[in-house]
Amino acid sequence: MAARVHVQARINGEDVDFLCEPRQSLLEVLREELELTGAKEGCNNGNCGACSVFLDGRVVNACCVLAVEVQGREITTIEGIGGPDAQLHPLQQAFLEEAALQCGVCTPGFIVAAKALLDRNPHPTEGQVRHWLAGNLCRCTGYDKIVRAVLRAAERMQGAAAS
Amino acid sequence: MRAIEYAAPTSVAEAVTLLQRGGETARPLAGGTDLIVMAREYRRDVSLMVDVKRIPELMELSYDPQRGLHLGAAVPCYRIYEDPQVQRLYPALVDSAALIGGIQIQNRASIGGNLCNASPAADSIPTLIVLGAVCHIAGPGGERTVPVEQFCTGPGRTVLAPGELLVWIEIPPPAPRSGARFLRFIPRNEMDIAVANAAVAVTLDETRRRIAHARVAVGAVAPTPLLVEDAGRVLAGAPLEPEAWEPAIEAVRAATRPITDMRGSAAQRRHLAGVLVRRALEGAIARARES
Repeated sequence: MAARVHVQARINGEDVDFLCEPRQSLLEVLREELELTGAKEGCNNGNCGACSVFLDGRVVNACCVLAVEVQGREITTIEGIGGPDAQLHPLQQAFLEEAALQCGVCTPGFIVAAKALLDRNPHPTEGQVRHWLAGNLCRCTGYDKIVRAVLRAAERMQGAAAS
Repeated sequence: MRAIEYAAPTSVAEAVTLLQRGGETARPLAGGTDLIVMAREYRRDVSLMVDVKRIPELMELSYDPQRGLHLGAAVPCYRIYEDPQVQRLYPALVDSAALIGGIQIQNRASIGGNLCNASPAADSIPTLIVLGAVCHIAGPGGERTVPVEQFCTGPGRTVLAPGELLVWIEIPPPAPRSGARFLRFIPRNEMDIAVANAAVAVTLDETRRRIAHARVAVGAVAPTPLLVEDAGRVLAGAPLEPEAWEPAIEAVRAATRPITDMRGSAAQRRHLAGVLVRRALEGAIARARES
């Protein structure tokens, strides 16, 4: 085994230290060292988006990032998306209400990627949602319920922002 | 993935020393969207990854009206297509950067990486070729430059010797009355590898009724992306009507050496190269008229 490297990063708002081998992906370290199992391993080659996380505010596939690369950087995973006291994010609530999942493996990735969209474009059209989510694959439901859930969350967040 | 070493140098000189010491299995790491996956799947033997994202020259994206665009080799796609100057002056670069992978890939993957990965189907290379881009390479023996069309030598192969690093890509300032367009054919809307792709850059003459100068490049139809010089030659002086472009389209088809694989047949690829070049010409002319 190669020497383990000490890495410090900010994960879901907390300063975190961990040791990892240089060959380990961020996904592997999140899931196996840090017990953050929300990001999922789907394809492990950058096609499916199930491991989507924020890295310095940009959504990336955690399987295509080395854990050693995140030294000094900021990460938000699905575990950090909701509010305090297990309050759900409007996207999480809308996914529940629209039943926008079956097996659930793709869901954390879809919600993280959709949040990245709504952060920059609070009023996406259906076409914009579909285009933005092209890097996230669902093999169960098809995409209609997922797209509906994102549009519903956007509407609700706009309503909340206006009131 | 086998055990690897990792280093994150902050200067080009330091990176070159590390790459030279690491030999053939040392690789620069930019966005990692190809390299990490290939190393994990044992498609490339990698012993050392040299993370180049802390080196200022590789992360610089800047424009100078005399010198043109300095595109650092590790600048991720999103910085390219979100840059207002790139959008205004190099829209063909936006065409390419905005359709490589999905958003997760675009937030990490770089044009320099796309070039060094040297896929015959790479979506940025035809664009770089028609824009007249030049690669600035640092190595143990000093610096050298290579035109993009000479950079790839085969699938996954480039002119880079062990110890050499692509530092930045220079793109000349756009000429007056010029425009460029990149197009890709895939059987779905996003997230696929080109069956064929094409880029065209044109400069109109002073009457704006004829093409003064053109560069044409196609991808996924040969072992490397191709600059079709014959097509550019016959387009010089041609009028802006598509009927007049047939000799150029024929030159494109003749230059292709496509293969048949799961994405398409050789005949389909040759046909597509012609169609894409015609449409990219229309798009490039439209942009040149607006410029």
